[in-house]
Amino acid sequence: MADQPDIILSVRQIEKIYNGRQVLDKVSFDVARGEIFVILGGSGCGKSTMLRIMAGGVKPTRGQVFFNNRDMSAVKGDELEKIRRCFGMSFQSAALLDFLNVEENVCLPIKEHTKLDPRIISIMAQTKLNLVGLGGFEKFMPSELSGGMRKRAGLARALAMDPQIVFYDEPTAGLDPVVCAVVDRLIVDLTRKLAITSIVVTHNMESVFRIADRVAMLYQGRLLQVGTAQEIKDSDNPIVQQFIRGDIEGPIQVS
Amino acid sequence: MKSNKVEEIGASVLRGCQVAQEGISLLLETLYWIMVGPFKSKPIDSKAFFSQMVFMGYDSVRIVFFVTFFTGVVLAMQSAHQLSKMGGTIYVASLVTISLCRELGPVLTALVIAGRVGASITAEIGSMKVNEQIEALDTMGINPLRYLVVPKFLGLLFMLPILTVWGDASGMLGGYMIGVYNLKINAGLYIQTAFKFLTIKDIYTGLSKSLIFAVIITMVGVYQGLKTDGGAVGVGRSTTISVVTSFILIILADCVVTGIYFFVKM
Repeated sequence: MADQPDIILSVRQIEKIYNGRQVLDKVSFDVARGEIFVILGGSGCGKSTMLRIMAGGVKPTRGQVFFNNRDMSAVKGDELEKIRRCFGMSFQSAALLDFLNVEENVCLPIKEHTKLDPRIISIMAQTKLNLVGLGGFEKFMPSELSGGMRKRAGLARALAMDPQIVFYDEPTAGLDPVVCAVVDRLIVDLTRKLAITSIVVTHNMESVFRIADRVAMLYQGRLLQVGTAQEIKDSDNPIVQQFIRGDIEGPIQVS
Repeated sequence: MKSNKVEEIGASVLRGCQVAQEGISLLLETLYWIMVGPFKSKPIDSKAFFSQMVFMGYDSVRIVFFVTFFTGVVLAMQSAHQLSKMGGTIYVASLVTISLCRELGPVLTALVIAGRVGASITAEIGSMKVNEQIEALDTMGINPLRYLVVPKFLGLLFMLPILTVWGDASGMLGGYMIGVYNLKINAGLYIQTAFKFLTIKDIYTGLSKSLIFAVIITMVGVYQGLKTDGGAVGVGRSTTISVVTSFILIILADCVVTGIYFFVKM
């Protein structure tokens, strides 16, 4: 009998309704510890909302999210804050605070949640920046960095508190193909080296097959298919195939 | 047609009530973080607090001076024109001083600061909102009100009364210039008359107004900033609404506070 995977995050029957519009409809899946789980789907299919629900930033209309078998909807206040500190989030726009330099951005969560000496915090921040290849850019302001560097700085900040799960919202959006590949390599390396779980939302198919252990495809707020990257590639679902190939003709209608 | 109009008015009133409720709960939450925050998590960032005081206070000194100085000049000239007909030119000094301390100093300073600081608060927080920075703070478990709003709130609460006193003094200087150099009132007599009728109540009336105005400017700025969506256009729209709302609320609050001091003998 095959070993049962160690589930770190479970999503059960998630529904989200925004202004009367059903964005997510009874979505359920599990994420195993240490894997790179990609949520795939077209624009407006609800994948970013799904990511924010899993990260605890948005409340679902119905359904539950379990982190380490603990129902996140049942915890509130400080307990929820404690759980959320086990998560790191890399934003589409990097979301670095403009008025802080790169090092201060990375130091921020450590400074706010620990009583460590500022020198130790600075060393920790430098370690994270070295991990993402930004050693030497500590004193740069976010506006002085390129798009790819900003994303990596955002990733260093997401890693600052040594999270168990890192959520990535469109990590390669707006980057050139080479920088895309660098960011993808970084996601794989960090996931393996730091033994963290990565949950990535993207619609960049090259990235998906480069990094994903497993993929969940969302379509119009519903879960269409979950499987390994190879299973998704070989899927006989016409929607999945059209999405992978980027065909204009097919069941996906673009309005 | 008529019923539509009534419905529209009803909807506007309900919307107004909702905005007021949200604004008050934002204020209460900010007060919570000021009073409970230092015990619950990190104390207020003194560096952020100090830099806000410099931006809101020190950097506003020149513009407050210009506005209130020339208002003092105009006030002296206008009142001299009327008072000279009754042979009471000397009373220009006390009229300028009392008008500035009770009314014009606090209101004009607050309007200038609403334009300068209130707009900047909305633009800054609005840009942070549309660029996911507010969400990033939230995700890191850092309350945006505690981290971003509390230093601004306390900064303006400290600096606006100081700027008001500076505005009062600048306006008085404007009045003095006209009184002494144009109306040829003896300098010592001008100063003596200026403060002769000034009571402690005139001072605290003005300062208490400036505290209320500081709360209005910060909370309207923050509220509109946090409500921003729709990219750069949204930031522009929120900033305009913020300044206009602050102006209206400052004038309304001034009317209410003046009414309280006028009708309730304190």
